[in-house]
Amino acid sequence: MAQFIRIAYPHILNDSYPKMSLSPEQIRQVAKLARLELNPSLTDAYAGQISNILELVGQLSAAKTEGVGPMAHPLDMTQRLRADEVSQPDQREAFQAIAPAVQDGLYLVPKVIE
Amino acid sequence: MHNLSLKQLAEGLRSGKFSSRELTQHYLKRIEAFDPQLNSYITVTADQALAAADAADARLARGEGGPLTGIPLGQKDIFCTSGVRTSCASRMLDKFISPYDATIVKKLQAEAGMPMLGKLNMDEFAMGSSNETSWYGPVKNPWDVTRVPGGSSGGSVAAVAAGLAPVATATDTGGSIRQPAALTNLTGIKPTYGRVSRFGMIAFASSLDQAGVVARSAEDAAQVLQAMSGFDPLDSTSLDRPVDDLIAPLGRSIQGLRVGLPKEYFADGLDAGVRACIDGAIAELKKLGASFTEVSLPNSPLSVPTYYVVAPAEASSNLARFDGVRYGHRAEGVTALEDLYSRSRAEGFGPEVQRRIMIGTYVLSHGYYDAYYLQAQKVRRLIYDDFRRVFEQVDVILGPTATDVAFKLGSKTDDPVSMYLNDIYTIAANLAGIPAMSLPCGFKDGLPVGLQLMGNFFDEAKLLNVAHQYQQVTGWHQQSPKGFE
Repeated sequence: MAQFIRIAYPHILNDSYPKMSLSPEQIRQVAKLARLELNPSLTDAYAGQISNILELVGQLSAAKTEGVGPMAHPLDMTQRLRADEVSQPDQREAFQAIAPAVQDGLYLVPKVIE
Repeated sequence: MHNLSLKQLAEGLRSGKFSSRELTQHYLKRIEAFDPQLNSYITVTADQALAAADAADARLARGEGGPLTGIPLGQKDIFCTSGVRTSCASRMLDKFISPYDATIVKKLQAEAGMPMLGKLNMDEFAMGSSNETSWYGPVKNPWDVTRVPGGSSGGSVAAVAAGLAPVATATDTGGSIRQPAALTNLTGIKPTYGRVSRFGMIAFASSLDQAGVVARSAEDAAQVLQAMSGFDPLDSTSLDRPVDDLIAPLGRSIQGLRVGLPKEYFADGLDAGVRACIDGAIAELKKLGASFTEVSLPNSPLSVPTYYVVAPAEASSNLARFDGVRYGHRAEGVTALEDLYSRSRAEGFGPEVQRRIMIGTYVLSHGYYDAYYLQAQKVRRLIYDDFRRVFEQVDVILGPTATDVAFKLGSKTDDPVSMYLNDIYTIAANLAGIPAMSLPCGFKDGLPVGLQLMGNFFDEAKLLNVAHQYQQVTGWHQQSPKGFE
């Protein structure tokens, strides 16, 4: 794909872009940040696949974007504000009813402080 | 009954030829008979559907209701439905019963009076282009059950194509309405970003996600999109502007329509058989009075890499809410809070979702943010500017929806990058926020080929008008898959 883009559209790319790849150690670090327990047998597979994806997205660094403003959103919308008034009824019970573990109106989690 | 248009179904209901209960039962029987082959429904809601059909019959008997009252539909399982499981095709939400309805569920069901047949299968959290990442198993393409229906709205298209629902809702973050519609001979439209409320639609990538519809014709799609659209104070990115009439303009002539053909969409990589179908459609539209010019969207080849930074980045933050505490899957036998989060998430999310969360986490992490995320946002603007420039010269842009017809189940599951390239023609419209649709334009080796139309902001009516006029002189959209009669 990278090859394909370069041949077809050389005018939109700068001369070079870095080849990025992630080591199994970096995958372990990213999984930790993302709060995902990593199955050790899958670490290498993830490292390979994610490196391929990063190679694909690495093409972006070769795009000529000097002076271009980042676009966060279509239509460059701004978040609408509403009046600071109560608009919803209390639905505590409905929301607690779908929680995995609750007691006395509180969400239960494993002990945090010994 | 399952070959009738929505307009014909409405006439049948009003003239008393059949009731909504009979119509709904007809579809429920078809689901029972045919869905084991397709796996298009995750949950069938027969009792609720029949109760809603009775309510619709009562409304019709009083002379009330609108053009959709009493016509059943399928809902993609990404939309929250009060009292009914909303799984997003993930183990994470396998037992999640939403405490509220999505705005489009309220609009189509409570207000328009459409009984819901059930919740439709999809790629897990809408992440996929083949409907193979679902926790509930892959959906099969009714045109060839050894092939994928496309994704992420694979259940929506398989159900409508096989006559297991007259019409279905769908969502499109990078092509998830248009690519599956193309692969199953349906008409699917993704409106302008913000046109349809996202309230109660489980978030994947919030700046790209948009709800729409898959149907058997542009006219059917127009009717349902009309009922779904509109401002919603509960969605902070909803467009506060009146909804255009999508129905009346369908019949307009397209004489003088200026159509742009982006050269990048006809370059290497497009299958020759697909190309031939697109050329056939161009010839038909010329006969209807449209004129064609070559245009260029020079940055569009960068839309796939841009998307695979922006979408995973937004997904990694959106999916941070799934922590095993307030709702969703919770790992058993965990004694530390940190482990509760990481084990619940590892068990609840499938491999594709985990990959995307990790990519998103990486591109947003310290030291990489500028190189990836900020750069992707800049390229996003270049892609958007390309469209703005081209729409100064033409009314609509035309090209293929997908590079090829439906591929074999399992053929791309081990190679994420090759799977991602399925969306090479569809992603740019999401990045820019413009409306786009796919409609049937022929067959290659017995498999459907889709034609893509892209319009300027808010031009849904124009796209549907062009598609409807094309469908008045062609019969591709009337073809149905064999074995589901």
